[in-house]
Amino acid sequence: MTTDQAPAVRRAQPRPGRAARFRPSRPAGLFLVATTVLIVLSLVSIAVGSRQIPLDQVMQALFDRATMRGSDPQVEAIVWGVRIPRTLLGLLVGMALGLSGALMQGLTRNPLADPGLLGVSAGAALGIVTAIAWFGIATLYGYIWFAFVGALVASIVVYLLGGLGRGGSTPVKVALAGVAITFLLNSVTSAIVLRDPEALDRYRFWAAGSLSGPGTDTVLRLLPFLAVGVVLALATAPALNSLALGDDVAAALGRRVGLVRLQGTLAVTLLAGAAVAVAGSIVFVGLVVPHVARLITGPNHRWLLPFTMILAPSLLLLADIVGRVIARPSEVGVGIISAFIGGPFFIALVRRRRLAEL
Amino acid sequence: MSLVELNRTGRRTAFRITRTPVSGVLRPRLLLCCVGLTVALFVVFCVGIATGDYPMNPLRVVPALWGSGDAGQVFIVRELRLPRALTAVLAGAAFAVSGAVFQTITRNPLASPDMIGINAGATTAVVAGIVIGGTGLGLPTLGLVGGLATAAVIYLLAWRRGATGYRIVLVGIAVSWMCSSATDYLLTRAQLAEAQTAIGWLVGNLNGRGWETVRPLAVAVAVLLPVTLVLGRWTRTLQLGDEVARGLGTPVQAARLCLVMVGVAFVAFATAGTGPILFVALAAPQIAQRLAGLPAPPVLASALTGALMVSASDLVARWLIPDVDLPVGVVTGALGAAFLLWLLVRTNRAGSGG
Repeated sequence: MTTDQAPAVRRAQPRPGRAARFRPSRPAGLFLVATTVLIVLSLVSIAVGSRQIPLDQVMQALFDRATMRGSDPQVEAIVWGVRIPRTLLGLLVGMALGLSGALMQGLTRNPLADPGLLGVSAGAALGIVTAIAWFGIATLYGYIWFAFVGALVASIVVYLLGGLGRGGSTPVKVALAGVAITFLLNSVTSAIVLRDPEALDRYRFWAAGSLSGPGTDTVLRLLPFLAVGVVLALATAPALNSLALGDDVAAALGRRVGLVRLQGTLAVTLLAGAAVAVAGSIVFVGLVVPHVARLITGPNHRWLLPFTMILAPSLLLLADIVGRVIARPSEVGVGIISAFIGGPFFIALVRRRRLAEL
Repeated sequence: MSLVELNRTGRRTAFRITRTPVSGVLRPRLLLCCVGLTVALFVVFCVGIATGDYPMNPLRVVPALWGSGDAGQVFIVRELRLPRALTAVLAGAAFAVSGAVFQTITRNPLASPDMIGINAGATTAVVAGIVIGGTGLGLPTLGLVGGLATAAVIYLLAWRRGATGYRIVLVGIAVSWMCSSATDYLLTRAQLAEAQTAIGWLVGNLNGRGWETVRPLAVAVAVLLPVTLVLGRWTRTLQLGDEVARGLGTPVQAARLCLVMVGVAFVAFATAGTGPILFVALAAPQIAQRLAGLPAPPVLASALTGALMVSASDLVARWLIPDVDLPVGVVTGALGAAFLLWLLVRTNRAGSGG
């Protein structure tokens, strides 16, 4: 597929200067820096919002909950009821989308693979629309479970379809099956939505993508799925490195290719399914951030996966913070801001670096 | 000495026309596939014209096209239904060829113009025209300008001592991301009526298309399709990778620039005519490739497949579900996806599956 030989050859001879600084021997330090940035961003995300609250009051509300001393109840409600769930959601969704994107690109060996490629977001959308149109689910977040189930079913179908036929499962077949299922489900969704204005209204609300939606309870209930997904995803890293050499070589190196693919698919399904169900279809983050991480770490998935796990939530939180501040008192959606922060940065990176191809 | 020399090696037959320096490999399956698709397209075309509020006998359609028969029928066929049917055929073919070109030069089956941001740019321009207004240009012109401008931006940003297919793809992703976010933002700021107009255009439909849509599209296809076929000799070497292509004497950068320009022009004209009918550009080349049993998308067969996809979807949308006015884009997604899945599943050779 996209295996150009020239960059690989050029990469073997390190050039002096800027390019040499980002050699794979340095990722540990960079990882620490990235983590620090993420922590700082989380704190800023708690401190800043559409209502301006002085920093000391925010700190008081944060720490007084533990010591049970009194603080302004309104401030406490805002900090604990709105900002902390939102920050938490940004962290979890960002991690999930970033990881599943990197995993998807590794599994299909395709730079255009995004977390939605297995039909996850299309399945979630159809789940929401059917929940509203046919089951009459009226509660604000009752449809999240329908979305999750829709995502799971869609990705299982894609996995099975990709494995049918005599050739067995190949990256191209999985990718094409995923795209086909995505368009098929989207068509059904549009057909339902066009006939049911109420479903359209809810669907648009979800599709816009937002971190301000569900409260802590919903987030916590999705946490086990995310945790299992993260463990499964990180455990595939060494196998993905082998898979990058091609299925035959990976098999010769002792990897059980089918098993690796199953494990990766399961991880992507859990991570992306849960993230898309709560936060809407903001899959672009999962498409771009792995490329940024790959520019820093090179193609080694042992570093690539942790880096995407840190960088993706950083981008989401940064975008969310900017979106809250830029048009006070109203807000601009996180998807829009992250595109306009992430897009130019990404293009600049693509132009500067020699590309580590998939 | 005969006019045509045939040379059989293994399972392949090569031909050479001795009078003019033309030679090639005879591919009976591709030929059969093209003929079959043409016949199917013609049938769907005639049945599509015959179907509507005033049903006609499909057999009467062909004479009516040439102006013979009942004056009322001639009017209905030529003025009301023919433009729509032609738009479907031309737009489908244009999307499909554009998809085939991009998939070939990036060597990535997912790299259709929908995925690398050209459609997204056209969409942003049109939605901005609807929501902000005041440009004085029609929506098709805006779509055309938006698509071409986006493609130029992608190519220039990807240019750094030459543009590689991989870098074009990556920059395309980022541009596509920004354009679709801008579209979302514009839609949230729009009045409800404006948003509805915009969404109606976004899905891609063929309703109320007249000769003014057909003419530019027909000229574009008539000019660009032969160019694409001529460029085919470069396409085939580019598939082997930049190094091999250069070694075989292909001017890699020039070839890629020409192909990108052709692909972009196709998709920009088609989007301007019908709105982004998604999935045709991605699926039609893949379907054609599997039907013809080739390792890469064939241009002509892709065009026929795309035309057939859009025409058949339009027919299905009007015929099967007459009470709901489904945009053709919705049906194209469902039909094309189902067919592509069936092809993927029944593929019996390991190589042609992926």
